[in-house]
Amino acid sequence: MTEHLAAVVGSGVPLADPTVLQAGWLADGPLFGLPLTDLWFALVFFILGTFLFLDGFDFGVGVLFATRESASDREQLLAAIGPFWDGNEVWLVVFGGALFAAFPEVYATLFSRHYLLMFAILGALIVRGLAPEMYEQRHDDAWQRWWGRAFVVGSVTAPLFLGVFAANWLLGATALVSLPSVVVGVALVALSTTGGAAFLGLKTRGRVQRETTAHGPRALVGYLALIVVAVGFLLATRPDLRGELLAPTALALLVASVGLGAAYVVAMRRESYVGALAATAGLTYGLVALIASVLYPVIDPVTGLTVADAIVSTIPLNLMSVGAALLLPLVFAYFVVLYSAFWGPVEEGEGYASE
Amino acid sequence: MIDPALASRLQFALTTIVHIIFPVMSMGLAPFLVYFTWKDIRTQKPVYEQLRRFWTKIFAVSFVVGTVTGIVLEFEFGTNFAAFSTAAGELFGGPLAVEGMMAFMLEATFLGVFVFGRERVGDALYMISAVAVGLGTWLSAVWILVANSWMQTPRGYELVVEEGQTVVSLVDPIAAYANPRFPWMFVHMQNAAVLSVALFMAGVAAYHLFRHYHWEYPVEHPEFWETTLKIAIVVMLLTAPFQVLHGDAYARHVAETQPQKFAAMEAVWETDSYVPEYIFAVPTDLDDLLNPRAKEIFGIGIPGGASWLVSGGDPTAEITGLNEFDTQAPPVAIVFWSFRIMVALGFWFVLLAFWAGYRWRRGQLLEDDLLHKSLMASSLLGILAVEVGWIVTEVGRQPWVIQGVMKTADGVSPGLTGFEATLTLVGFGVVYLGLLTLYTYVIARIVRAGPPAIDDPSVDEPSDRPASSDSATTAGGEDD
Repeated sequence: MTEHLAAVVGSGVPLADPTVLQAGWLADGPLFGLPLTDLWFALVFFILGTFLFLDGFDFGVGVLFATRESASDREQLLAAIGPFWDGNEVWLVVFGGALFAAFPEVYATLFSRHYLLMFAILGALIVRGLAPEMYEQRHDDAWQRWWGRAFVVGSVTAPLFLGVFAANWLLGATALVSLPSVVVGVALVALSTTGGAAFLGLKTRGRVQRETTAHGPRALVGYLALIVVAVGFLLATRPDLRGELLAPTALALLVASVGLGAAYVVAMRRESYVGALAATAGLTYGLVALIASVLYPVIDPVTGLTVADAIVSTIPLNLMSVGAALLLPLVFAYFVVLYSAFWGPVEEGEGYASE
Repeated sequence: MIDPALASRLQFALTTIVHIIFPVMSMGLAPFLVYFTWKDIRTQKPVYEQLRRFWTKIFAVSFVVGTVTGIVLEFEFGTNFAAFSTAAGELFGGPLAVEGMMAFMLEATFLGVFVFGRERVGDALYMISAVAVGLGTWLSAVWILVANSWMQTPRGYELVVEEGQTVVSLVDPIAAYANPRFPWMFVHMQNAAVLSVALFMAGVAAYHLFRHYHWEYPVEHPEFWETTLKIAIVVMLLTAPFQVLHGDAYARHVAETQPQKFAAMEAVWETDSYVPEYIFAVPTDLDDLLNPRAKEIFGIGIPGGASWLVSGGDPTAEITGLNEFDTQAPPVAIVFWSFRIMVALGFWFVLLAFWAGYRWRRGQLLEDDLLHKSLMASSLLGILAVEVGWIVTEVGRQPWVIQGVMKTADGVSPGLTGFEATLTLVGFGVVYLGLLTLYTYVIARIVRAGPPAIDDPSVDEPSDRPASSDSATTAGGEDD
């Protein structure tokens, strides 16, 4: 790397300003003596979990879109996620930015190592993002059939590839796909469907509500079964991970997932969809926490880079921590405004983009 | 297979060139939408509701396509330029993270309220959401340009060795982020975005008015388009002259801080004084058209013009030639021509704005067919000017990814294979071309359909509209 950076070149350009910031509070050490390194590790995974939960239920709505035949049902499903999905998806951008800013080397090596997978994720997100907007641009059958398909395909492949990516990260895989990573990918599709069903419980009424929510518990059973398969497979084939997977934290997370799954089913039965959605959130954060706890203290198993090695130096770390402490509460406030403005079921005529 | 470094650069160039169109549309539309929303709420005049709803549709489509194409850019730093990301992430990652949290979040969440929420929220929250969306688009540009300006004129850092790797370490955040280049870039970019949208608006309005008055095609809302045209002309009159004046001063700043880029903009090879400003120039040998070492240029030049520009008034000032620099020159022909196209367009926009303003003042705004044709022909030229402007900025700083610190070729991901890079380059070529076509098609449909009818929500679109068979009713209800 050394030769990549030219310290001095004859271009006559002043490179660095001679005045160096005197503010010791930025350079002396982590602010207030906080364990900022570990906090950022947790924060990066928290942001990933938030993205997987929020955009997850959008993806789930997209999966359930495939089960709806009639145009008006389909409109309702699109209207349900219309105001939300943009904001939900931005969490992915925040995840990328946070990883880049806090652990640049991990961001660089992880993304370039999974080169084709990253582009598969991007391709899925392009299709997924474009489809609802395009669906409403023309109201003839052929156009809407194709964009409806695109919506389903994007909604299935986005969580699938994201799951493969997360599992590859955890397993230190250098291959594009492996059996356990595909299992995790499919599990994430199931988890998304679980969230989508709970969300549609909140946003629809009548027949559409009855029929879409019915898919929730099935998807949930599928999710738990796939996670059990994935963990069992890893216990059998990866002795190096056995210790981590049988550690108290990991076991507690697995038990909690089963408990949350049960809570989800009960909540759906009682038509308490907020509770069911909260259970989905718990399951998503649980999965991400499981991955993070198995990784820690390493952040990239392939290079063996630890969290402490990979963190940026003190000044940017402190700056970003101040930034995140100020901005994240604001971001949550935006979401409260958005979700409360659109609380309750989709109303008559509230098409995704009815002109 | 294409060399991974070249393929990565082409891919980044392609994705950026396509992506920039959509943020230009949303940044430029933002102040218009805030104004329309405010007027709609305050005056209750139908024309402002029409303006808000019509341009919100275009904003919403631009935002979606901008989002899906923009996420790609953030990821490409990691996938294709991992060596750069590792070396400079400490300085470069922060602004990107803050952009996501501070700007993009604000825009995306409040866009939900703004696009879908007119019937759901009160006037005050609706107005706040319009401002929040606009603020979000502009703050995005702030943080992206904070990062970019640091690459152009890096400051506030030192090179340190960490575990055997030399990396850029942030030592003075104020010097790094309050970068001297930032205000130049930000003002030039935002003004360009607003001007581009004003040109687009004027072109769209001129199209409908021309059809109505010249071809006597029954356009439903000629008064709507007249209002649109007048608003666009006012904005053009403010932004077009400012862009030229600002651009002139900006070029001097570039000459001071990136002399190699400036020399490429002027294709000056040997250090000289009394350097002419070439309006038009070609290399004597056509083979040299894309050769960065092409020296011989003949053309039409203003004596001492370039020297006069660089020094702010002294036609005998010296300009350092490209041969003086240790590093290879950027692709001179691309930079030279892009710069000329940008400047020529800048002057054309001023002329167009004054022409339209003059006709309006004389009460002949709707009578000048040539003006209307010119406005129609110029509707996309603002975006073209932004494109060539960015080409000057980004190609002009080559071979550096961070000026004077890191070369672009050294920033590429070390493990990237030619196969992977070529595959994604071709993939993006197809996908982005498709996106551009789709976007153009959808915007053209919205433009053709015109503003929503709001007086009588039960009336369907008249049957004489070209696209009526498959288009939706323009009945009331929600905006999209």
